Amino acid sequence: MPEENGPIIEVKDLVVKYGDRTVLDNINFHVNRGETFVILGGSGCGKSTLLKNLVGLMRPHSGHILINGQDITEMTDVERVEVRKKLGMCFQASALFNSMSIGDNVALPLREHTKLEESTIDIMTKIKLELVGLGGFENYLPAELSGGMKKRAGLARAMAMDPEVIFYDEPSAGLDPIVAAGLDALIRKMQSTFNLTSIVVTHEMASVKLIADRVLMLLAGKVVGYGKLEEIEGSEHPFVKQFFDRRPDDESDNRDDYIKSLTGQDDD
Amino acid sequence: MSALTYMFGYTGRVTLNSLYAVARVCVLVQDTAYWAVVQPLRGKGLRLRSAVEHFVEFGFNSLPIVGLICFLIGGIMSMQAVYLLKAFGATQYVANLVGVIAVRELAPLMTAILLTGRSGSAIAAEIGTMKVSEEIDALEVMGLNPTKHLVVPKFIAMVTAIPCLTILGALIMIFGGFAVTVWVVGVEPNVYINNTINAIKIRDFATGFSKSVFFGIVICLVGVYRGFQVEGGAEGVGKMTTSSVVTSIFLIIFVDLIFTYIFFF
Repeated sequence: MPEENGPIIEVKDLVVKYGDRTVLDNINFHVNRGETFVILGGSGCGKSTLLKNLVGLMRPHSGHILINGQDITEMTDVERVEVRKKLGMCFQASALFNSMSIGDNVALPLREHTKLEESTIDIMTKIKLELVGLGGFENYLPAELSGGMKKRAGLARAMAMDPEVIFYDEPSAGLDPIVAAGLDALIRKMQSTFNLTSIVVTHEMASVKLIADRVLMLLAGKVVGYGKLEEIEGSEHPFVKQFFDRRPDDESDNRDDYIKSLTGQDDD
Repeated sequence: MSALTYMFGYTGRVTLNSLYAVARVCVLVQDTAYWAVVQPLRGKGLRLRSAVEHFVEFGFNSLPIVGLICFLIGGIMSMQAVYLLKAFGATQYVANLVGVIAVRELAPLMTAILLTGRSGSAIAAEIGTMKVSEEIDALEVMGLNPTKHLVVPKFIAMVTAIPCLTILGALIMIFGGFAVTVWVVGVEPNVYINNTINAIKIRDFATGFSKSVFFGIVICLVGVYRGFQVEGGAEGVGKMTTSSVVTSIFLIIFVDLIFTYIFFF
């Protein structure tokens, strides 16, 4: 992805704490406009926490998150609402509103944020659902759809307001390889068709290889790899190599000591 | 020394947690009032369709169980009253006793307790499940306010449904008393009806009606607050649903005590 497109998201010196526990420690990276940026790491490394900070669902302990040059960490809740209208998010469990039909789920942000006629909203809803391969499903309830279809419906809803950035939280989690590959292809299609910036949180290596332009790799809340996929794949960092080689922990009997040795954290 | 430290530490934690909970409730009350009253005055629409749907669920669909329980309690109350009053040859005054107690106390209280079990728990479970399944986060990411979309329609529905149910409940409770006193004890129907009309004053209706509105506020806000407190998965939803029922019943009886004290003097 060309760097001259410039960053749409910049994260500077981000620190997130839960009580006294530091979950994200001095994170720095940027995401270029129109690229698919993957945040990679093991379970509990802080990926989803980072994503929640990026979309403004959490406020960090310190540091800055700039979206289109605007620092969302210093915004009021009302100001954040305006920024969020340009963002879309696909949740791990789809987070579709179960009491509403798929069509109403997709139409909800349009009804709330625009003054469009209901007939226009209907047409736009149908277009978004067609886009993700769910044409004709607008009257179905979420409970009537399969896992993969729910994720697609979640993507259609995230696309409703024509966002500049889409965040995906574990998009292929819980899906069979064929459905997961279909979703990966859809993420790619969205990026190429609409020049969408995509930020994908995952630990599925097969997906990463298909969709990633650049990768940020986290271990215990610290960055251990950042760059193009091929650069990360060639990294000499022991955790990165272990992760890409899909090897179990056998270097140490104690996982905590092992992580500390890799991230350079000292005992407090 | 360590026991003392533990004691002070425990007391401090409990105090801080309680203050935090009070602050959270205050924020919820302020948010709800803002989106239910202030914003509609500025022309930002209420979700009336959702409020009507909830009114049907909380009010109309609760009517059979509220009606049945109130009828039975009216009958029970009249039998207990007959047991007491027949010693004085004053069984015709059962009507006065049943009428006043139904309107002032038992209809509002029983309706509130039934709605706590039926609707307050449902509110906590619904919001808790939405929190667990990230639906609340989804609303926020879409730039939609959860209080406006989830809380206000339920709040409006509850504070309008519960007084209606209370009035109907009181009438049915009086009818339950009528049925037992007239058909079982043998008091003349017109005597019972006249005594009931003479006994109940507008002030009694005002007492029952106004306290039922406050009961509705308690049921809704406790359900919502507990729902938003849910952490984890299904277990967390279950815990907070139970907690919402227990807290609501306690607060309803506490509010009832305050109202009774105010209207007693």
